[in-house]
Amino acid sequence: MHELSIVSSLFGTLLEKAREHNAGKITLVKLKVGKLSGVVPELLESAFDMYKKGTIAENACLEIEEVPLKIRCRACGKETEITNYTFFCGSCGSPDLEILQGTELFLEKIELEIDEPSSP
Amino acid sequence: MGLRMNKKEVIVLQDLLGTNKKIAAEIRGQLERRGILAVNLLSSPGAGKTALLEQIALRLKTRAKMAVIEGDIETELDAERIRAKGVPAWQITTGGACHLEAKMIAKVLPGVDPDIDFLFIENVGNLVCPASYELGEHLRCVLLSTPEGDDKPKKYPKAFTTSDLLVLTKADLLPHLPFDVEKAKTEALELNPKLKIFVTSAVTGQGLDELLDYFWAMHQELQSCHA
Repeated sequence: MHELSIVSSLFGTLLEKAREHNAGKITLVKLKVGKLSGVVPELLESAFDMYKKGTIAENACLEIEEVPLKIRCRACGKETEITNYTFFCGSCGSPDLEILQGTELFLEKIELEIDEPSSP
Repeated sequence: MGLRMNKKEVIVLQDLLGTNKKIAAEIRGQLERRGILAVNLLSSPGAGKTALLEQIALRLKTRAKMAVIEGDIETELDAERIRAKGVPAWQITTGGACHLEAKMIAKVLPGVDPDIDFLFIENVGNLVCPASYELGEHLRCVLLSTPEGDDKPKKYPKAFTTSDLLVLTKADLLPHLPFDVEKAKTEALELNPKLKIFVTSAVTGQGLDELLDYFWAMHQELQSCHA
């Protein structure tokens, strides 16, 4: 259960970005979470809901895109998705693989509401 | 002049563990400049991390200098066990956190003797969360004790896919347990074909010389790369 510690560092970034853009509110937070990232999306959501209270992200919507685990075989070049944690090429059986995606834990984008002086 | 609300989308593309990775890279660099090989030990509670370190301390005594950083939620007990073997040890108590983070290691590091050859970091007993945090180690070593069962690699994949070594511990209990060593090895290798596997016992000493030879070879390699 290290999701809380991840969400705590996420909020550091969120507040910094909001300040940078003079935003009064954060309305959307989009994360990319790989299957092999080591975090559980549901727990991230609970941690996010706990953390956002009383912050400018209080009403923000958290969107999590789960990223499947994909590899490329260095021997035969074939790209496959790994679903059963068996790290051998599905085509030629080689263990010499390059992980293409599925380990990421990324803040992809945010949506902000910015207070701007309106032209008269 | 009034206020107008503007919506704005900002693409961030930032790794949520980026800060930890950056600190870990700095630690790794510092250790390499001093010729120190760092090993991060991961396992569930009670798998025998401290017992393994006690045995390593006994066997390394005559040929190398080592230090240990202990991670636990509470107590100084593990550090005391290591110090009793004549090895300097630092205890990090996380006060509830289920894993060590690189910034905790960075805090302790200035106190560690720069002339050591090996730095062993014993993570908080937990097969899940520690796997997500690099600590600046050169080798990640996951322990699996025979009483835990041979099905653990598939159940806790990340600890095994991110490790360099798998140390099966408590092999002396094998005659009394339904633990299938070949099954555990095969399934661990399916998760990570590059995993080096050692079957050990802190009671009989089985496999410990082989494990130490491996650490020693890795240390020599590190020194020749950064000489």
